[in-house]
Amino acid sequence: MAEKIATRHAYGEALAEIGGNQRIVALDADVSTCTMSCMFGEKYPERFFNVGIAEANMTGIAAGMAACGFIPFVHTFAMFCAGRTYDQIRNSIAYPGLNVKLVGTHAGLTVGEDGATHQCLEDLALMRVIPGMTVICPADGNETRAAVRAIAEHEGPVYLRLGRLSVDTVTDRDDYKFEIGKAYTMQEGTDATVIATGCMVQEALKAAEELDKEGIRVRVLDMHTIKPLDEAAVIAAARETGVIVTAEEHNILGGLGGAVAETVSSVCPVPVLRVGTHDTFGHSGNALELLKRYGLTGKEIAEQVKKGIKLK
Amino acid sequence: MDQRKKKELEKLAYQLRITGLKMVQGAHSGHIGGAFSLSEIMAVLYFDKMNIRPKEPHWEERDRFVLSKGHATVALYPALAHRGFFPMETLKTFRRLDGELSGHAEMCHVPGVDMSTGSLGQGFSAAVGMAVSGKLSGKNYTTYAVLGDGEIAEGQIWEACMFAAARKLDNLVGILDSNKVQLDGTVKEVLDTGDLQAKFESFGFYVQSVDGHSVEEFADAVDKAKSYLGKPSMIIANTVKGKGVSFMEGNHAWHGKTPDEEQFAQAFEELEAALKEKEA
Repeated sequence: MAEKIATRHAYGEALAEIGGNQRIVALDADVSTCTMSCMFGEKYPERFFNVGIAEANMTGIAAGMAACGFIPFVHTFAMFCAGRTYDQIRNSIAYPGLNVKLVGTHAGLTVGEDGATHQCLEDLALMRVIPGMTVICPADGNETRAAVRAIAEHEGPVYLRLGRLSVDTVTDRDDYKFEIGKAYTMQEGTDATVIATGCMVQEALKAAEELDKEGIRVRVLDMHTIKPLDEAAVIAAARETGVIVTAEEHNILGGLGGAVAETVSSVCPVPVLRVGTHDTFGHSGNALELLKRYGLTGKEIAEQVKKGIKLK
Repeated sequence: MDQRKKKELEKLAYQLRITGLKMVQGAHSGHIGGAFSLSEIMAVLYFDKMNIRPKEPHWEERDRFVLSKGHATVALYPALAHRGFFPMETLKTFRRLDGELSGHAEMCHVPGVDMSTGSLGQGFSAAVGMAVSGKLSGKNYTTYAVLGDGEIAEGQIWEACMFAAARKLDNLVGILDSNKVQLDGTVKEVLDTGDLQAKFESFGFYVQSVDGHSVEEFADAVDKAKSYLGKPSMIIANTVKGKGVSFMEGNHAWHGKTPDEEQFAQAFEELEAALKEKEA
């Protein structure tokens, strides 16, 4: 297994790497050593702004800076980005289509011991419904680095979702290419498709490996871009494999599962089973134990695949 | 300020009110009260103080203007049209499905609008971002922001104040439209904001309190704000909501209400009479 790294760490390195671009500025709300925007701050202190614990103001400042031609990267925990400043993001950034990159770290259950107040399980849904917003949730460090470069080049508002927990590097392959809005096929298969995002991609691969032992060939898509969704890949999966299981560290309502089900139901209806948290808040605890408790595991994905195949 | 300029700006303020009232009449909606409290302020900024190029609205060196109380488009759009950012004719499309002049300030389709606003409390942060950008890029422009005195109940305003002071943004001029009235009643009744001078001073601002309907006093305050170094500025402009129309003045009912035919007639009559007086 290749390197194990939290996406936020890979992110910090990647932002510092591209920081030579004088248009890039970074803002943080007193969590820079957690979001890892501090790495950019150390290298480019004149373009780094710690605004204090004031996320709403940070988002507004970013809007003003983008209106003056800068490319602001805004950092805080997913909860206080997508959650606390939803109105600021919608009205001050997305409505005027400003070129701001919103980086929400510590997303999902894997924040761990800090508990439910910090475990954002709704951010994909909240950001996805804002017109013009691009929503990206990388699977690993390698994909995060590629995503950072891509979003810096992309003109328009972006929400980038990152995690606290170290995850397997699953995309370090020769044929790997990151393109916003284009799913990456981790593995081909014909019996079912697992569409996963973020840290659930590694679990999807584990599920596929287990199912393979039982003779079930599963296609695995790494859906790093939740919006714009790669509808072609989703529809092809529906047509060619007949059943889809989605997997995300997020509420099953409104996120990846919701997006996939919406697409499938209107074009090529097949069973879509969703792995994620079931409309509930999180809980304090060890990150890996939390994933087990809430059914965010390869084992659960495999079970859902088998259940789904019966529905075909 | 010489007397000719003074007279010209005073006249202009009433012309802006008349133009604004026509917009509301055409749209059958719009916020009159909090727009008319701003007329002299808009006249001074757009026709005397701001360094702008109406034919080049995105000129990088321009002074920026953010209408944080984004509902006061009945003050902003007439100023932009009279200044030449777009034809007067365009004002007829205000709030209409077939036009681009939305009810609240909008930057993508309206030439001269530097920031989309409407959700209260947010515009001032954007203005702070513009001021920081000016410092960072070594540009010499000033960023102006107009805040409502009801709006400052939003906590984000005070977040922005703390940041602006900490970063010594002396290229930022906040203007508080202190018309003492908000949607539901007087500011005192709804949420008494207390001693505004002391509040902004304690947040690190250079604060001046002026008559917001005196073009001379307000213009002087802008000059002083621009030349004050090391601190952001807040000009508390003491104004009257609905200024210029007797039955609207100081009455919260006219925050967003549309007059009936008779009321429109009376309002136009009063504004035309005031304009004539200024022209005399």
